[in-house]
Amino acid sequence: MTVATKSTTASQELEHPSAPLLRMERIPHVWCPSCGIGTVVKCYATALERSGVDLDKVSVVSGIGCSGRVAGYLKLDGFHTTHGRALPFATGLKLGRPELLVTVISGDGDLVGIGGNHFIHAARRNMDLLVILINNFIYGMTGGQNAPTTPQQARSSTMPFGNFETPFSLPHLAASSGASYVARWTCLHIRRLTWSIEEAIGKRGFRFIEVIAPCPTLYARLNKLGSGLDAMRFYHDTAEIRNGADTRELEISFQEKITCGKFVDEDRPTFLDLMHNHYGELLGDRYVPTPREGGMLHEQ
Amino acid sequence: MRYWRDPLDAGQVGAPRGDVHILADRCKGCAFCVEYCPRQVLEMSREFNRKGYHPPEIVDAEACVNCGLCEMICPEFAIFSVESAGLAGDLAGVSVGANIRAGEGAS
Repeated sequence: MTVATKSTTASQELEHPSAPLLRMERIPHVWCPSCGIGTVVKCYATALERSGVDLDKVSVVSGIGCSGRVAGYLKLDGFHTTHGRALPFATGLKLGRPELLVTVISGDGDLVGIGGNHFIHAARRNMDLLVILINNFIYGMTGGQNAPTTPQQARSSTMPFGNFETPFSLPHLAASSGASYVARWTCLHIRRLTWSIEEAIGKRGFRFIEVIAPCPTLYARLNKLGSGLDAMRFYHDTAEIRNGADTRELEISFQEKITCGKFVDEDRPTFLDLMHNHYGELLGDRYVPTPREGGMLHEQ
Repeated sequence: MRYWRDPLDAGQVGAPRGDVHILADRCKGCAFCVEYCPRQVLEMSREFNRKGYHPPEIVDAEACVNCGLCEMICPEFAIFSVESAGLAGDLAGVSVGANIRAGEGAS
């Protein structure tokens, strides 16, 4: 796609460095001005490039919602699944083709609201998935309804007098369910987020990265918090990096300190490790494990 | 970036130089790049792009050190910088010492 520009630079011949990883015919994307999801996509694309993984062995699974569109914009094999079911699809994909790097990129409403049950069980089983959860504290695409991450006192379209429910603390939920890698960043921590994704790509098990992103159209407008730029300034002023912090202390209160960092990083046997060990011991030679390089379909 | 003293090799170490490229018609005017450019290379333009947003414009092309922050933070894939050939590490280019002095003036 050639882009006409009135700018002073000769940009016509040059395309963006991330263009090989994006479906450029779909860009510009639908996300609102100053929404943070595009930044997360850029960080993920950069981390993939830096990690040097074979892009034919990477797949992206998304659910429904604003961040559910990520799978459609990345030029990688991907699923755009039904609401909340990104993790079950990804689990199936991983079990069928264990050699793939399966990434789930979706929103808070999708992964821990509608699909909350799948989330805790994927973490409990330590499924070999990289989960990037983009948290904007609200159901964005459907009109700003209250999400399980909406902080207390924040307004949403279904809580016009302020939210009184206790929100999830997602790193604590993931860590206590059994995730082997847990981190949280904001959209402003672009370098650390990229390093974190790159680090998680090189690990195994249920890797969970929460990214706090501004929602200027709904969360910020309903709460009179200004633009996405104001949200970025807020992250700049109040976000605190505390690697290895106790996950019990990571709640997010309305417009208060956001603790970022890498909280959990441990090597635990994944679902497939445990399954192969168990049946290997039980059945001995009669057990044929799924080949690491390609599933049954691939083999034929 | 401020140091409590000038680094000893401030006169010898050159900083890379970059060319910023703006894909103006893809921009949605969020101003993240203008706000977070550490060298104040950019400013919001008064002109409109095809979609009716104000894209950034380059006001100080010489100051770019190709840090790539604008490229990383842009949610629209609308800005990037490439290293300009021949100037990287050039002693006559932007040195770390000059960085400090410029930083003091700007921040």
